[in-house]
Parts: sequence; structure tokens; C-alpha cells
Amino acid sequence: MSMLSILDPTDERVPVSRQITPRPKQIVGNVALLDISKPRGNVLLDRLEETLSQRLPDVNITRYVKPTFSKPAPEELRQKIQANSDFVIEALAD
Amino acid sequence: MKEVMAAFELENLRGEQVTFSGNSDSLVCFIKEDCPTCKEVMPVLVAMHKAFAGAIDIRIIGQTLDGNKALDNAFTPGFSILDDSALKVSFAADIETVPTLYKTDASGTVTETCIGFVRDEWQGLAQRLSGELEIPDVDLDWQKLPEWRPGCGSLSVDPSNADRLRAEAENSPIRARKIAIGSQDDEFEFMFDQGFSDGLPVIPPTPERVLRMLGGTRRDAQEIIGVMAPNLGEVTIEKIAINAVMAGCKPQYLPVVIAAVEAISTDDYNVHGVMATTMGASPVIVVNGPVRHQIGMNMGMGALGQGNRANATIGRAVRLVIRNVGGAKPGETERSVLGNPMKFTMCFAEWEERNPWQPMHVERGFDASDSVVTVFTMTSGPSLIVDQESRSANALAGTIGQTLEGIYNPKAHFATNCLLVVVPEHVDTLMRDNYSKADLRKRIQETSSRPARELVGDTVSGAGLKPATAAGMSKEDLEKMMPKFRSEEDIHIVVAGGEAGKFSAAFHGWVTGSIGSIPVSRKIDI
Repeated sequence: MSMLSILDPTDERVPVSRQITPRPKQIVGNVALLDISKPRGNVLLDRLEETLSQRLPDVNITRYVKPTFSKPAPEELRQKIQANSDFVIEALAD
Repeated sequence: MKEVMAAFELENLRGEQVTFSGNSDSLVCFIKEDCPTCKEVMPVLVAMHKAFAGAIDIRIIGQTLDGNKALDNAFTPGFSILDDSALKVSFAADIETVPTLYKTDASGTVTETCIGFVRDEWQGLAQRLSGELEIPDVDLDWQKLPEWRPGCGSLSVDPSNADRLRAEAENSPIRARKIAIGSQDDEFEFMFDQGFSDGLPVIPPTPERVLRMLGGTRRDAQEIIGVMAPNLGEVTIEKIAINAVMAGCKPQYLPVVIAAVEAISTDDYNVHGVMATTMGASPVIVVNGPVRHQIGMNMGMGALGQGNRANATIGRAVRLVIRNVGGAKPGETERSVLGNPMKFTMCFAEWEERNPWQPMHVERGFDASDSVVTVFTMTSGPSLIVDQESRSANALAGTIGQTLEGIYNPKAHFATNCLLVVVPEHVDTLMRDNYSKADLRKRIQETSSRPARELVGDTVSGAGLKPATAAGMSKEDLEKMMPKFRSEEDIHIVVAGGEAGKFSAAFHGWVTGSIGSIPVSRKIDI
């Protein structure tokens, strides 16, 4: 994963803020459930999937799994989730 | 070449971490797979490893991971090549060539060095080592090896890597916070999102670019040249360099940017007021002296406009320093009611060679051979003074005086100053009558003068002297002639512009004197 680094042009008195995607008011479209491979994360996501399917029958749910919780998700997986999903729910669990 | 080899830890092809601690006799060799000489020395390294590995530490370091694997397959050496694809160990060892072989002692000191392949040197080193260790000579037919082969360039000095390695090294002059941009983020969008930009794209200030920019000055990167209002952020040479990269400057412009930032950081210049005023003020930067030619500034046709990199990016860099280090942002502490396109950038050079008078920097006390920046606070302009008809100096200077009376509003006398840019054709008209700068200033004051009574607010224009104040004035005072400017010194004059066109221009000032902004000049440290 190549990361470009830049140097802060400011006086560094405030932390760097990262923008987050705007939060829509309604859940529609594709929801990704990401299991990060921590123990029992899948159990949590199973229950979530049941609940979401009942409450939001029109939403399309896809399950994804990270190979290991100890490392960032592989580039390919992140691109796949980004391309195919409107929402992501990530299960930490333990 | 290194005198002492620093300790390191690298991974070998088997995935094991291998250390070099520099506390015992060792051989350290740097190689690179795509170098033919390195391939030729591989059998030598294999033989030396076989002979000495039991007695001393041997570290063979390769500069590319794939290359290391290829060498391992081709030669199946008794050692596993260490991966220095990050090139940090190669850089720290200060090698320029591969192969480079170092023999080091128990203090890490390099006692022998072989660069490239000179057979006698390598053989001599091997024989001395056998002697020292009292073990048989290396099992190798040295005569079958070429007598001499030049090495190849180390990847650590390759121009595409060297700046990065210097920036990342422990003695790097860079101290600014590093911000990692995610691989899926667009760096240009990220810079906008962070609020680092004036609204136009900025060049990402990577450590490599900033290091190259710092090459434009001899000054220490951490030298603090002042504090920048409103945040009173400390301005270091490094921070100026970062913003200069973002603005698009070349390294040779950096000394000009530094001098301009020094000038606006002064109490006299009062950048806090200049930014905070609702009037829409901003610095105009005028450059004088030899640096104008050295960095290719525009002082002729279109000098106040776009199209010249030095003019455009020096002014922009100064503005970005004000924004990013000073923290002056529109809508926050920058409160201009309308703003002003000159707030993006406003910098030009004086055409001294076309100026029959003293150039601005000499008039302000510098030597003609000095390179100098002068910062002037403008609120409007460049506003044209159109006169294509006047054929005498008096008549033209009269037009200039009458036009300048319009600054702010015609009744606003004693209110501000101006920076007058006289174009070559107007210079020629003035010189028909051998006008001096003093003559021009005097004529401007003369032709912009009115009796005080004409400056009183009325139903045509409520601006000017308050009627209540005027009511308290003597008849004599009301008849007193009032020039536009409080003093002739408030009329700053430079020459610039193309050879054709009788259109001089003026930058209108802001509040003058110690309660406003005083023009400041600084010598450029080239």
C-alpha cells in the first residue's frame, strides 16, 4: 500500500482532520458487513444481518471478511467494498 | 565512504532478521543484481564466505528484493542476501557504487574499502584477512577473474531515490509534521479538504520537494524568522519552503519569498490589520536588484498580470504563508467585505533599466547592486490612469494627480498612500521635460489640491469632512489648499510595463503610518 506523505504547511496547532463521507438520512442500496476476523465477529454480524433484513427488506446485504484483524484490509478488498457498497458495518467483536 | 559503519538490522531471504552491531571484525558488501560487476563478484563473495564465515561476521546486502532472489537462484551462495530495498542502510553507509566491500573492526570502524572490482585489492584484502585469522587462503583462482571492472551506481544515489532518502535520514533538516494521505485519497482533493489552499490547486509538499526547495537557501531550515499574525505562528524557513512548494515556486525563488515574509512579519507592516480589515487589503510585493534577472521575473509587458512563474508563485507563496502559518482565512480573521483577486498573488519587478530615476530600493536606502523586496499594502488596483493625449510632463503629471484624487473617494484627502506604476511611454513624456520623481510628486499634490471647503460632505456626496467640523473651522482654514496625500512620501513610484501603451496604474493604499501599514523593504539573502 503506497502512501504519499506531505509536510504540514500550518503552524501545527490543530490536529489534522480527516473528512468523513456524509451520513445519509435513509439506508438504501447496498450494505457491506465486514467481519475483521476477530473471534465471534461473525456471530454479531449474523444477528445484525437478520435484524437488518427484517427491518429493511429492500436493502442488499453483502458479507466481507478481512484475512486478519491485525493488519489493515488488503487494497483489493477495500476497493471492492468501496465500489460495491453504500454503507459498511464493521464488526470488532471479541 | 563511511568511516564508521552504523549498526543495522535487515531481513534475509529466509525471512530472518539479521543484525550488524559493529562490535566484531566483519565484512559488509553492497550489491545490486542488475550490475554486471556485482554478478562477477558473487563467486568471490561465495568463496570468501566459505573461508571466513566461521571466524568473522559477513553481511551481503542487496538493493532490490527481486534481484536478491535472482542472485540466490543463480549462485546458491552459502549466505542469504539481506534486503535493503528501502536503501536506508546503503544511504547511511554513504556508498556511491556497487559493489562496495567494507572491512570493519570491533569498533565498527571501516579499515579497508574496495569499490567496484579491482582484483588486486580484493585479493589483497582476502590474503591479509587469512593471515590475521591464521586460516588458509580463499579457495579461488584469482587469475581467472578480470583484472578490473568498474562498479555501477548505487540505487541510494539514484536521483529518483536520493532526495527521499535524504528527507527520511536522521540528520534531515525537515521537522514539520508529516501527514500521510491514504492510497485511495486524491492528494489534491486532500489538500483542499485540509484548508491548505487559496482555492486553486496546490502542489503536494512532499518531503522530497521541500528538501529540494530548501536547496534554494543557505539558511538553516529551523531558523525562526518571525511570528505571523493572527495566530502568531512561528515562521521557520522550513514552513516557508513548504508553502513555496505548494505555490509552485522554484528553489531559486525561495530567498525572495523569505525576504517578503520577513518584511510582512514586522510590526510596521502589521499583517494582522491588513488581513482583518473589511477593506480588502493585501500585500503588493515589488522586487528590485539583480535577482530580477537571475530568476526571470517579468517587469515589462504584462508585469502586473499572469503568465510569469516567478511573479505569480512568489506572491502566492507569501499569501499561503499568511494563510497557513498565520491562520488568516476568509470568513475567519480575514474579514474583507468583497475580497480582492490580488489576494491570490501580487508580485512584480521594477524595470530599473527603463527607469530614468533612482529605482525604488535605492531610494529606500539600499545599494543598486542589492536585491530587495518591498511590500506595500494595497486595497485597490492596479487602477489605470489613462492619458494618451498629454505631450508635456506637467500635463501628464496633472492627469495623474487628478486621477489619484479619486482614491477611496475624491473627498478623502490625507487618507492613504499609493504605489504608482509609471509605464515606459509615460516615462518618456515626463522625461521630455526632464521631470524628476520629486517633480512628479509635487505636481500630483498640486493638481489634486482643493480648498478644504470643497471636501465637506454635502448632498452630492456625504463623504469627506463632517459639516459640523467644518462649521467650527475658520474661513482661512476652509480656504486652505489640501493636497490628496498628507506627504509627498506617501507617493511611491516605480517603473514597469510594456513599451507600448500610455496607461500607467496605481495601487491604492490602506491606513498609513503607525496605526496602519507602513511599506517595508528587506534585502534578499541570496
